[in-house]
Amino acid sequence: MNIYWDSFKTFFKIGLFTLGGGYAMIPLIETEVVDKHHWVSKEEFLDLIAISQSCPGVFAINISIFIGYKLRKVRGALATALGTALPSFLIILLIAMFFHRFEDNHVVASIFRGIRPAVVALIAVPTFNLAKSAKISWVNCWIPIAGALLIWLMGVSPIYFIILAGLGGWAYGRIIKPTA
Amino acid sequence: MDIALIYLELFWTFFLIGLFGFGGGYGMLSLIQTKVVPAWMTTSQFTDIVAISQMTPGPIGINSATYCGYMACHNAGLGTSMSVLGSFVATFALVLPSLILMIIIAKLFIKYMNTPTVQSVFSGLRPAVVGLLAAATLLLCNSENFSTPKTDAWQFSISVALFVATFVGTKVYQVNPIKMIVMAGFAGLLLLY
Repeated sequence: MNIYWDSFKTFFKIGLFTLGGGYAMIPLIETEVVDKHHWVSKEEFLDLIAISQSCPGVFAINISIFIGYKLRKVRGALATALGTALPSFLIILLIAMFFHRFEDNHVVASIFRGIRPAVVALIAVPTFNLAKSAKISWVNCWIPIAGALLIWLMGVSPIYFIILAGLGGWAYGRIIKPTA
Repeated sequence: MDIALIYLELFWTFFLIGLFGFGGGYGMLSLIQTKVVPAWMTTSQFTDIVAISQMTPGPIGINSATYCGYMACHNAGLGTSMSVLGSFVATFALVLPSLILMIIIAKLFIKYMNTPTVQSVFSGLRPAVVGLLAAATLLLCNSENFSTPKTDAWQFSISVALFVATFVGTKVYQVNPIKMIVMAGFAGLLLLY
């Protein structure tokens, strides 16, 4: 079978059937690309997760590009990236086209008045989970706190904060603690 | 001219978001929010986009980029097909940095990923991403999403209760987030109609 079509189809399926975003996709991606198609080995897949997590951008897209590239270079990467993004793109377009017609509907408006505070809580929860996995302690908790306050109260662009944090980490490893 | 400008701005904005969006979909949210609110939409429209992006399949980053692209054009008074183009531009721009970076890494840099230099850069980035998520939460804690005790004490108290219930439900009891959104919507219909 044509590998482009096959990999596109596989990632289209992954994009279509995973709810809850990036990390929820890992088990399905693993089943498809490791167990079923043998495109990467189990060990490679673990490295791949670490690399995709460290890189900027959408996690699932990063994984799909990496696997596509490994299969058939740039054209392979295009096929898998398109496969992952397309279901989202089409579904959201359909909703976007019709949702604004119902926005002012009284029933829809009240449903979303209830949903909005819940969504804010759903963003608050991964903040604490991430703090745990990033090993935030009393020593380094000033970094996220300072960043959040700069962005929230002073309107600093998160991009500057990210650049600063990366440079800070580099300087710390290079100058202050070169052996660690 | 103005129309061409909005696509250019969409492209540049989402390209930057793709380039600096560390920490997955949620980490991207504060970047997306500081860029698109209030220039292209209101906070409540943005929160609705996050809610819908979470309830629909696929990566949250792609979902919200597609939706924000559409909404930006729609709010600028453009028609449906022009708004679809906005969706495409935003989504493509978001994916482009990943495409470039991941191909370069797959090709050349896989062996550099474990060097001390790269590792120390990430040791600075990791705590920063936590700050980004906290900022996204704080930015969304406003009157548009929660109302205020003065304007509508009832809606404000229900909102706070729903926030706490969702936080405890997902953090402590591990309730599925989509289930939580559906229940909050139901509560809104019953209590805030």
